[in-house]
Amino acid sequence: MTTTAPVPPPDASLTRPRPEWPDATGHFGPYGGRFVPEALIAALDELSEAYEAMRVDPVFLVEFERLHRDYTGRPSPITEVPRFAEHCGGARVLLKREDLNHTGSHKINNVLGQALLTKRIGKQRVIAETGAGQHGVATATAAALMGLDCTIYMGEEDTRRQALNVARMRLLGAEVIPVTTGSRTLKDAINEAFRDWVTNVGTTNYVFGTVAGPHPFPAMVRDFQRVIGDEARAQVLEREGRLPDAVLACVGGGSNAIGIFTAFVPDEGVRLVGLEAGGDGVETGRHASSITGGDPGVLHGARSYLLQDANGQTIESHSISAGLDYPGVGPEHSYLHDIGRAEYRPVTDSQAMEAFALLCRTEGIIPAIESAHALAGAIALGRELGPDSLLLVNLSGRGDKDVETASAWFGMAEHTAPTDDDERAVEAGRGAEPGPPLGDADDTTVQDGDAL
Amino acid sequence: MTVPPSHPTSSQLEERIGAAVAEGRSALIAYLPVGYPDVPTSIEAMVAAVEGGADVVEIGVPYSDPGMDGPTIQEAVDVAVRAGVGMADVLSAVSAVAAAGAVPVVMSYWNPIERYGVDRFAADLAAAGGAGAITPDLVPDEAGPWIAASDAAGLDRVFLVAPSSTDARLAMTLAACRGFVYAASTMGVTGTRATVGGTAQTLVARTREADPDLAVCVGLGVSDGDQAAEVAGFADGVIVGSAYVRQLLDGHGPAGVRALSEDLAAGVRRR
Ligand SMILES: Cc1ncc(COP(=O)(O)O)c(C=O)c1O
Repeated sequence: MTTTAPVPPPDASLTRPRPEWPDATGHFGPYGGRFVPEALIAALDELSEAYEAMRVDPVFLVEFERLHRDYTGRPSPITEVPRFAEHCGGARVLLKREDLNHTGSHKINNVLGQALLTKRIGKQRVIAETGAGQHGVATATAAALMGLDCTIYMGEEDTRRQALNVARMRLLGAEVIPVTTGSRTLKDAINEAFRDWVTNVGTTNYVFGTVAGPHPFPAMVRDFQRVIGDEARAQVLEREGRLPDAVLACVGGGSNAIGIFTAFVPDEGVRLVGLEAGGDGVETGRHASSITGGDPGVLHGARSYLLQDANGQTIESHSISAGLDYPGVGPEHSYLHDIGRAEYRPVTDSQAMEAFALLCRTEGIIPAIESAHALAGAIALGRELGPDSLLLVNLSGRGDKDVETASAWFGMAEHTAPTDDDERAVEAGRGAEPGPPLGDADDTTVQDGDAL
Repeated sequence: MTVPPSHPTSSQLEERIGAAVAEGRSALIAYLPVGYPDVPTSIEAMVAAVEGGADVVEIGVPYSDPGMDGPTIQEAVDVAVRAGVGMADVLSAVSAVAAAGAVPVVMSYWNPIERYGVDRFAADLAAAGGAGAITPDLVPDEAGPWIAASDAAGLDRVFLVAPSSTDARLAMTLAACRGFVYAASTMGVTGTRATVGGTAQTLVARTREADPDLAVCVGLGVSDGDQAAEVAGFADGVIVGSAYVRQLLDGHGPAGVRALSEDLAAGVRRR
C-alpha cells in the first residue's frame, strides 16, 4: 500500500513511551499543575491539545527530525575525556556534546518544537523569557528561521551582564525588553512574559525555556529535550556495551537534566544526579539550590521546590551562572527527588569554576559555566564510585558567552576595561574560595567535594 | 448559637452585595494592599475607603511575583514585600475593616496562603472577621484544600472568570464560588483603562445565564465615578484597585482614597 504522508523515522523521540507521569492534568505526584489566572487556561488548553495532536503527526515528526539533523547538527557526539577524568578518582567520563549544537546549547531542541507548534496553532508572534540569554537567542533563532515576530523579556540586570547575547538576539531580529520590576532578573522576566501573554494571547504564543511553568510546559519541554538522553543511551550502549553508572546534568529550571535523564529513568541501576547551583554555599543563603535548600510551594504556575521566606515570598537566588540563577525548579525534578529516583547536590561557584578551568586545560573544551556544575559533580562522584565506574555528563552548552565572566574570575581581565560581567564575577566570588590561578589548572587539586 | 462548620448558613459577601442591589445600585469594592506605604497607613487608607462609601474592601496580601498585576499595583506591593509584610499584618487589616463597618475579603496569590497553612489561614481569617478570599492564580481545578478549609470555616471563596473561559469552565467555576464571582473584564493585567469595554458586559451576561443567583462583580480597569456608573449598569459590584493605589503612590494619602471612594460611591448609584 502506498501513502502520500512521509513515513516517520522509527526512532522519533516524541513517539517513544513516556514516563507514567504527569497525569492528564499535569501533576507529577503532588507537583506541577496549573496555578495561573483563569484568563490563561484557555490558551494552555489550546497548547495542550495542539501539542498532543502534533506529537503523533508524521508530517511534524519528519520536519522536527530534519531540523535536528540539518539545522542543529544532531545527533550530538559523545566525547570521552580521559585527561579530565584523571581528576575523577579513576572513573571514566563521557560527555554528551550539546555544546556543539547550533546556537551553542541544548535550548535549540526545545524552541524548534515550540516554534513549529506556534505555526500549527496559527499564531504570528512568539515571546520568551531569558536569563543568561541562551533561551532568548535560541527563540530568536527559531523565530527568524520560521518568520515569526519575536519579543524577549530579560531582566535589566541580566541585559547588562549578558550584553553579548542581547546583541545576538537583536541581530536575529528580536525585540529585547529589559524588565525593571522586582529583582530585575529571570524570575521577573517570566512574570512580564506571562503578563504579555495574558494580554496578547489571541496572537501570541509563549515559548517557555525550561521544564517549569504550568502544564503542558513541563511535559512538552521534556518531550522536546529527551532526544539528548535517547541519543546518549544508544550511543553509550553501542560504544561501551553497557549503561553508565551515573548520568549527571546541571539543574536550573531543569530542561537539560530532564532531557538526558528521561531515557534512563526505567534503568534502575543508573544513578541520575542533578547538580544545582550552590553559589557561595547553601549554608550562606546565597545560592540557587531549590531542591537542596528550598521547600515545596507555588511559583510561576506550578507547585515545586522553590526558595521562599516565611511569608511565601520568593527569595532571590545567587549563582555565578546566569542560566542556573533561578529560585525555582521544574516539578518533575521535585517528584524524582521525592520518590528517590534522582538525587540533587549543590555545587558552589568555586567548585564549578575549578571544573571549568580543568576541562579547558585538559581537553580543549570551554564549557558553559552552567555545564561546569555538572563537571564538578562528576569530579566528586567519580571519587566516590572509584575506578572503572562510567559517568555520562551532559555538556549542556559552550562557554563563549562566559569568557568575560571567567576571565574576571581567574584574574585575566587586566588588559580590558572592567565590565559588568567582571563585577558580577567578583561579586559572585565574594565570600567564596578565590578561583585557582589558571596557569595551575591542569594540576589543580580539586576540593574533595565534601559539599557534594 | 453555633453554626455547624461544614454547612455555613450565610455569606457575608452575598448579604452585603445583595443589600446594595436591593437598594437599586451596585456594591463598591475597593482593593488596597497591606503595607503601602507602611502597614498603619495602608490600614488607615482602607478605613478611609470605607468612610468614603466602599461596601467591601479587598485586602491585598503582598507577593513577590504578582503575575496578574500591572505596574501600579506592582510598585506598591514591591515596597510591602521588601518591608516583610506578612499574614499577621493582613489579619490586623481584616479586623480594622470589619470594625469600620465594611466586609473584609482577602485577595491573595496562592503561595502566601499555602505557606501560612491553608487550614490555619481559614481559621485565623474567620476569627478576625474576614468574609473569605479571592485567589487570582488559583483555579477551582487546583483548589481542593482551599475548598475544604473554606467550607469548614464558613468562608466565602471567590474565583475568577475571564472572557476566554469556555461555557464548561464558567459553569464549573461558578459552582465553586461562594459570595460572588470576579469577572475579569478584559484579557490583561490590572491597571486603569480609558474604556472598560463590551467584553465585560458579554461576560457578565454569560455568567448570569449560567448561574442567575450568584452575584457578579467586575474588575480590571475602572478608575472614576463615570466608569463605575457604566459598569454598575450591568454588574452587581464594581471592583476598583489601581486607581486607589494610584492615590497613595501620588502621595494623596488616606484623604485621597476617601475622596476617590466618594466619587465611585456616587457612580455606583448613578447607573
Ligand atoms: C548551557 C546551559 N545549560 C543549562 C541551563 C539551565 O537550564 P536548564 O536547567 O533548563 O537546562 C542554561 C540556561 O540558560 C544554559 O544556557
